[in-house]
Amino acid sequence: MSFESVIKIVTENWPMFLRGAGVTLLISMVGTIIGALIGLLIGVFRTIPRPDRLFKRIIHRVLGGLFSAYIEIFRGTPMIVQAMVIYYGSAMAFGIDMDRLYAAIFIVSINTGAYMSEIVRGGIVSIDKGQFEAAQAIGMNHIQTMRHVVLPQVMRNILPATSNEFVINIKDTSVLNVISVTELYFQTKTIAGNNFKYFESFLIACIIYFVMTFTVTRILRFIERKMDGPDNYMMAGNQMQVTTPQFKEQS
Amino acid sequence: MQPVIEIQHLKKSFGSHEVLKDIDFTVNKGEVVSIIGSSGSGKSTLLRCINLLEKPTGGQIIYQGENILDDTHDMNAYRKNLGMVFQQFNLFNNHNALGNCVIGQRKVLKRSKKEAEDVAMNYLRDVGMEQYIHAKPKHLSGGQKQRVAIARALAMEPDVLLFDEPTSALDPEMVGEVLNVMKSLAHTGLTMLIVTHEMEFAREVSDRIVFMDQGVIVEQGPAQQLFDNPTEERTKAFLRRF
Repeated sequence: MSFESVIKIVTENWPMFLRGAGVTLLISMVGTIIGALIGLLIGVFRTIPRPDRLFKRIIHRVLGGLFSAYIEIFRGTPMIVQAMVIYYGSAMAFGIDMDRLYAAIFIVSINTGAYMSEIVRGGIVSIDKGQFEAAQAIGMNHIQTMRHVVLPQVMRNILPATSNEFVINIKDTSVLNVISVTELYFQTKTIAGNNFKYFESFLIACIIYFVMTFTVTRILRFIERKMDGPDNYMMAGNQMQVTTPQFKEQS
Repeated sequence: MQPVIEIQHLKKSFGSHEVLKDIDFTVNKGEVVSIIGSSGSGKSTLLRCINLLEKPTGGQIIYQGENILDDTHDMNAYRKNLGMVFQQFNLFNNHNALGNCVIGQRKVLKRSKKEAEDVAMNYLRDVGMEQYIHAKPKHLSGGQKQRVAIARALAMEPDVLLFDEPTSALDPEMVGEVLNVMKSLAHTGLTMLIVTHEMEFAREVSDRIVFMDQGVIVEQGPAQQLFDNPTEERTKAFLRRF
């Protein structure tokens, strides 16, 4: 291995690497966002108190059961296997020829959704009971309480876990090469297959993966700090105290 | 005197533990009532039952001629008529002081932004927090938080204001600022129901004192009478400790 050969691979194949990295980032970003939304919906649903009316209670029970099954199944099986089952399964069973990219986004989304549901539920449970009580005491209903008081705080609290999911997704999309999505791993494999320089090619992929995950982590850390706001408070409306005295010149 | 809330045969149990045993009790318009008693006497539970944070296991709560414990009654519509000030403040952490006072007015009372902010500013000024309207709860001291919490409850312009040990979680030097706000409120003719351990304060502001012990109302009467000439043995024993 020489440094020159690494440079050579980059200069010859940079559009492929770039496209691969782009696809990886696209799948993991869209997948994380959709997954977070799925998680938010299911997480909120799972904290709704058990309804009093029989009909509503049955629906609540059935949906709860379905969501539990979804979470357990997708957390309990590897994504690489899910990808094969969903992609080839849908083609065989229903004759659907899914676009590979959409299939990839779909798989990452529902996989992330399963994890995020539990993260969101944990986030809601961790909010102080007093926040719910204060909102109820004012006369807010469950949806208003969630929307205006609880969820904004949950969002902040689950941000670190969400960025964790994002980073995991950037790395784990590499398993989607089994359904031939042209993400970074798949592209690298193709490049290496042509030039037989496996070590150099994958070293480059390694660096690209690291740069992506590191940047994402930093950006989300920055957003977290932005959301937290300043540690100290400057009093409002104290202009009276800061005006400088005006001395009139004696003439 | 016109009753605002009438409580009849109210019962509350947590499992097999009976916290409230057959409470009969009325709050009249414009009255300041303090509930005193040792910890575990059920006074906080009574307050929390009144605004349905705890669901009573039996009895009736009559508000404007209707029993609000009927299944058909809209809980949230009733609750907006009662203000609540908590021991732990419970300010909404994601809103600043102004936002805390505005959100309920906007979403529950459906007031316009302008009106809600004007009302909120008025009450924040009353409690002396107008300089902190943009401060988040984490920036405020305990006493300041509680004053904002009082303004938040007042901004809903409730029929009754409930106070659940409003000074118990405060550092000693901050108790005064909150009690002062409550004192001036008591003089405005607002109906107030206060659970407190501050005996001096209760005596000074209350029209009526209710003494509770082991889930029952042992004795009630005008402040002077109850503190100086209690008739029940349990009341005497309790007051001797102060």
